[in-house]
Amino acid sequence: MRSTYSRLLLGTAALAGSALLYASQTNVRVAPDPDNAGLKLPAGFGALKVAETGGKARHLAITPQGVIYVKLNKVKDGKGILTLHSQPNGKATVTGGFGDYGGTGMYVKSGYLYASSDHDVYRYKLDERGEIVDPTKGELLVRGLKVGSQHESKSIVLDNDNNLYVNVGAYANACQEQDRTRGSKGLPNCPILDSAGGIWQFKSSQLNQRYAQGTRYATGLRNVVGLDWNPQDNQLFVMQHGRDQLHDNWPALYTDAQSANLPAECMYALSKGANAGWPYTYYDPTKKEVMQGPEYGGDGKTPAKGDYLKPAAAYPAHMAPNGLLFYTGTMFPAKYRNGAFIAFHGSWNRAPEPQAGYMVAFQPFKDGKPSGQWEVFADNFSGSAAKTASGRADHRPCGLAQGPDGSLYVSDDSKGTIYRIVYTAKK
Amino acid sequence: MIISKKFILGLALAGAGLTLQAQHRPAPKAAAKASAKAAADPALKASLTRGAAVYKNVCITCHQADGGGLPPINPPLIKTQYVLGDKARLAHIVLAGLAEPIEIDGEDYKQPMPAQAHLSDQQIADVLTYVRNSFGNKASAVQVAEVKAVRATLK
Repeated sequence: MRSTYSRLLLGTAALAGSALLYASQTNVRVAPDPDNAGLKLPAGFGALKVAETGGKARHLAITPQGVIYVKLNKVKDGKGILTLHSQPNGKATVTGGFGDYGGTGMYVKSGYLYASSDHDVYRYKLDERGEIVDPTKGELLVRGLKVGSQHESKSIVLDNDNNLYVNVGAYANACQEQDRTRGSKGLPNCPILDSAGGIWQFKSSQLNQRYAQGTRYATGLRNVVGLDWNPQDNQLFVMQHGRDQLHDNWPALYTDAQSANLPAECMYALSKGANAGWPYTYYDPTKKEVMQGPEYGGDGKTPAKGDYLKPAAAYPAHMAPNGLLFYTGTMFPAKYRNGAFIAFHGSWNRAPEPQAGYMVAFQPFKDGKPSGQWEVFADNFSGSAAKTASGRADHRPCGLAQGPDGSLYVSDDSKGTIYRIVYTAKK
Repeated sequence: MIISKKFILGLALAGAGLTLQAQHRPAPKAAAKASAKAAADPALKASLTRGAAVYKNVCITCHQADGGGLPPINPPLIKTQYVLGDKARLAHIVLAGLAEPIEIDGEDYKQPMPAQAHLSDQQIADVLTYVRNSFGNKASAVQVAEVKAVRATLK
């Protein structure tokens, strides 16, 4: 009896203690995991696994108050968006969920949480604590977006002028008469581009918009998953998933090794009306040239016919950039400020060459433009070099978000782990 | 940085191999795991060897060297009824492609499979025999006549 009572007392004390800790977050230090969550990081950085959501965690967003919202690609237990609250040591608990649709997009701006399914975009009002005012009342902003059976995700971002940008991925590899089929030619004036293969601009607060109320802001983008608004030069930056299967479909023109390394995954700085050239072209990073695609008469050696937007920066082929984040925090050393983090989901289209990616890269920027060589920032999401090479990665980085203290959060859509990377050394 | 270097090296190799054609892919590891039955059956053994060559030339990009595919895009070929079940249905997928999404072990695979009708009946019989006896699979060989019968229904 006595021991039961003391246990009860202890339990109550512990509860009260954790409630106190909750209240005084500023006094407690975020503690990296002893193994830095299994990640390889630059000196001075640490990492922890914030939570295991067990869902396909695509993009995530964090309110100024620190509430974490995670978009799941597939509904789990009836919920497509998870709400997480952090404890003082940095670990977080899934405290709820809402939204009965899967999807990718998740973004917080000016008192609203924005979310996308593969067809639609919604928003939810946030209160002064960063909590959803009414999870049952998602406002439908955009509906009826085109979706096929590949490149389904609708990534979203807002600018500072109440505009919402939505990627609509092309539902094909290279707009062939027969998709991904050996020797199949490209369709003239690719019909996919009328409603996909680009970025559409909508109003961030107007309900029930369809294509007719939006603007095709940029075209010729095969599929964009990672995108962000660059606050330094007030411009939309996107990461394109470059085309697949140059060798499989055109074996006389491209070897396996060429196919594994072509084309580059490209970062584009977009302005209204930009055309990045898909499906007619691809970018060759060694020639540093936009090339004519083989579906449209190219042979691996012929530069593109026509004037297309050149990439702002180029990265190794097929690594699948799924997250882009301009870092504006002060926690990390000065070199990271206003630069871009890129989450590379990892390749599949390099087979039979070893797979690559499964890491977060850093691209330095100067005056709003990429400046200097990119570098691997956080590596070993896969678990080992062998797992990277085989493509059987334990974790696959997908979304990026910045916490109110300047921590970098990374979501994994393979096992649903949420990571938090912090700077622990003195600056 | 390591990846950058690999990338540059890969490109250099790609440049050097510019005139090489498709046939020079390394054999996937699974080829070594041909069923024990093959040793006693020279015709089966020959079919498995030819099938491995077709696999690495046509199938490996999407279905991967270990046959595991890529969830949730390209389906696995390991111990699924699509591979181990009805041979006519399997041959039909190779000949006509697969436009509909399929579900395997709770995962939806959506990326369409392109038709591979350019392969001969022999090549399809070989590669399906190989797939049905690799990656931990064990099932009967696919005969040329079985592929031919399915192809006839498509004309």
